[in-house]
Amino acid sequence: MKNLKVITGILAMTFLTLIAMSCKDAKKEQNNDEGHKTEMNHDNSDGHHDSDKKEMAMTSNQDGNAEMILKDYFNLKDALVADDETKAKEFGAVLKKSLENLDVSKYTEEQQTELKEIVEDAIEHAEHISESPMAHQREHFKVLSKDVTDMVAITGTANTLYEQFCPMYDKGSAWLSKNEEVRNPYYGSEMLKCGKVQKEIN
Amino acid sequence: MKIVKKIILVLLVAFVGIQFIPTEHNQSAIVPVTDFMLVNKVPNNIKSKLQVSCYDCHSNNTNYPWYNKMQPVAWFLEDHIKEGKAELNFSKWDSLSDRRKASKLSSIIKQIESDEMPLSSYTLIHKEARFSEEEKEEILNWVKQLKDSITN
Repeated sequence: MKNLKVITGILAMTFLTLIAMSCKDAKKEQNNDEGHKTEMNHDNSDGHHDSDKKEMAMTSNQDGNAEMILKDYFNLKDALVADDETKAKEFGAVLKKSLENLDVSKYTEEQQTELKEIVEDAIEHAEHISESPMAHQREHFKVLSKDVTDMVAITGTANTLYEQFCPMYDKGSAWLSKNEEVRNPYYGSEMLKCGKVQKEIN
Repeated sequence: MKIVKKIILVLLVAFVGIQFIPTEHNQSAIVPVTDFMLVNKVPNNIKSKLQVSCYDCHSNNTNYPWYNKMQPVAWFLEDHIKEGKAELNFSKWDSLSDRRKASKLSSIIKQIESDEMPLSSYTLIHKEARFSEEEKEEILNWVKQLKDSITN
């Protein structure tokens, strides 16, 4: 009887350990699956687009890629202006996806290399933003802003953008905005209007 | 008394049991040509500090103390090292573009400045990995210099 109990105990422990281990793996797989799924969805929607208007969609899609990145970047910026950590996380993740989808094939070889480097760096920052508290989000937003600015220098954009600059945050930090009016993403409500327009793009 | 004995026995068996579950060892005999120390001129004092305080989790070569070869400590460590290397791997430094190097250096500066790195859970055991205020400044100055040399 005694032995039986001991053996049951040991078995239970082993069982638990194994479960704990397999849980860890399962979690990872699930994450991967999710990643796949969203990517798949994205592909689907793109595919759908293409079949609607083949050639038109092709060109507008390619241009749309950089514009899409900008759109997501501005959403992220606005979330930081509004001190909204949760939204910033969401848009960080969205931006990461649109960065991954940038099609560089229509650019020169030199531009492609640079764009790839820019995107690779930007993806990392977008990813960090999607999983960090606000203070960190803002740190990464600074470098991300430089990446996006350098990207626009190559891809161009249909809209007029304003490069704005706050001399106080981290020895001076820039960002892009669609509006001339300054709304500071590095300080949010703490110092909403700190900064100036440094440059007009387009 | 009997119950206590049983519990101890079970725990002991479980402890011995988990020792047989393999973990990945982060150790490599060669220093790749992309290693941070090989591609940058790192002064000796900074070099040894980086090696002691950063390389255990941010390179392909971890200096394991004996207790870190044991479960469940090894699991905990394995995860940490994986995460650390994904974030920054000094062994592969030179495979990064200049843009990403500058980016990584910015993050290094931020992490050290705010005392987030080295991790407090790490320095708790590895007392030698802690930065004194002077060491911190020394390292920060040097890293900032390196960053400027890359961005300019």
